[in-house]
Amino acid sequence: MSSVRIFFIGGAIAYRGLFNWLSPWIFVPTFLVAPVFQILLFVYIGRSAHAQSDEFYVVGNALQYASIPCVFAMSNTIAGERFQKTLGYILATPAGRLPLFLGRSLPVIANGVFVSAFAFVVGGLIVGIHVPGSAVGSLGLVIVVCAASCTGLGLLSAALGLRVRETATLNNIVFGLLLVFCGTNVPLRELPGWMSFLSQGMPLTHGIEAARKLATGHSLGSVGGLIGAELLVGASYGVAGYVLLRFMEVQSRRLATLETQ
Amino acid sequence: MRNLRVLLLGWALHFKMLSRSSFNSVLAILYPGFFATVAFFLYREGSPHALLYASLGASVMGIWGATSTSAGAALQRERWHGTLELLVASPAPFSLVMLPVTLAMSTIGLYSMAATLLWGRLAFGISLHVAHPLLFGLAVVATVMSIGMAGFLLAVTFVRYRTAWALGNLLEYPVWLVCGFLVPISLFPGWVRPISWLLAPTWGMRAIREGATGSGSYVDVAVCAAIGAGYAIIGALVVGRLLQAARERATLALT
Repeated sequence: MSSVRIFFIGGAIAYRGLFNWLSPWIFVPTFLVAPVFQILLFVYIGRSAHAQSDEFYVVGNALQYASIPCVFAMSNTIAGERFQKTLGYILATPAGRLPLFLGRSLPVIANGVFVSAFAFVVGGLIVGIHVPGSAVGSLGLVIVVCAASCTGLGLLSAALGLRVRETATLNNIVFGLLLVFCGTNVPLRELPGWMSFLSQGMPLTHGIEAARKLATGHSLGSVGGLIGAELLVGASYGVAGYVLLRFMEVQSRRLATLETQ
Repeated sequence: MRNLRVLLLGWALHFKMLSRSSFNSVLAILYPGFFATVAFFLYREGSPHALLYASLGASVMGIWGATSTSAGAALQRERWHGTLELLVASPAPFSLVMLPVTLAMSTIGLYSMAATLLWGRLAFGISLHVAHPLLFGLAVVATVMSIGMAGFLLAVTFVRYRTAWALGNLLEYPVWLVCGFLVPISLFPGWVRPISWLLAPTWGMRAIREGATGSGSYVDVAVCAAIGAGYAIIGALVVGRLLQAARERATLALT
């Protein structure tokens, strides 16, 4: 019962306390306006280069922008303990590490879903794309899966944040890599072979592909494999992140580097 | 002469400090590179001219990218360091203290510009032959200076906005978009064009492209420099009133 409380209540409190981007002064420009402009930027580049359809960029960038809340928020809500000088207290408690760390991911996923869905709807309305009404529910599911998958990567980034000093730099690089590798704006078949190969192991790649197919009228069943692959990739990152967090914890105790900044 | 010394020393000092920050230097180079890479892939199917167009545009994106978020946060950083009150109280005009900070930020963008052009050359085979080196060089200097001055205007305008970095960050995409870095301005709706004319990077970008292709004149460089100077003058006028208001309400140091 205690673990359940730590998972849900502790996770929500830690998220609210450590992720200061929830202030409307940051939330609105960063999570609501910026993704729409990212969509517009690539829509217009696509039009100028006569590359893909507007729908291609709306779907890709709306889903890819979930990485901003997911990676940054996950990193802030765990590595932020170090900057607040509370990491020692947290790790000294007998609380189970699994609910302690993973509980913080639920609000992060919810944030990612909201940001992604908002960008999709507003960006799509501005640009004027058409999505079949029957695909809305399925697209919602893919958005949730992508946000969860990105949060898995965020957990890995958070673990690195226990040792890396400049987490903002690290997270921005992660965002950039997802922008280039995941087929967000360039179809995977047009990327060099090695990039396309690596993208198969990155979050968002399969989710974006699934969402594009759903938006063009494919059924949910026909993209089940892609959604499953996205979940598998996200879960792999989540497990790797959790293992690395535990490793960092042990290393921090052994080397007395717990709150080194 | 004394003012010029404040400007030059301030610029050199902040340039060195920014160069030591991974966020302001390493990321300033890498981050626009991700967008440039995507743009190169998208324009790759077009003519070599289209790739050169994208390469030059992406390189200037880095100058704005290095300035917008950092300039928005410039005053907040002084607050965190506890030096804002000292700077405001110093005998040197506050404008002359802050202007070198944002000029140093835009100068850091030159790293990004060079890295993007080099990346385009090495990874995508985009060769840059500058047809008019003097015009090209002047255009780059005018663009860097005017973007630094735009950053100064942002920094002083946001003096009482505690999370100004978010607003600076927000302005990154719109300026990339409407200044014609990667998309011809003619593609946008008519009402966007007057906005782009008011932005100095629009003219700087045009001048850089014209310097590279040899098809331009010095008019765009002059317009870019004049608009940049306008930003600095407006910023200097605004900063006095904003600081006075912050002093009256005792809100200068609040974080």
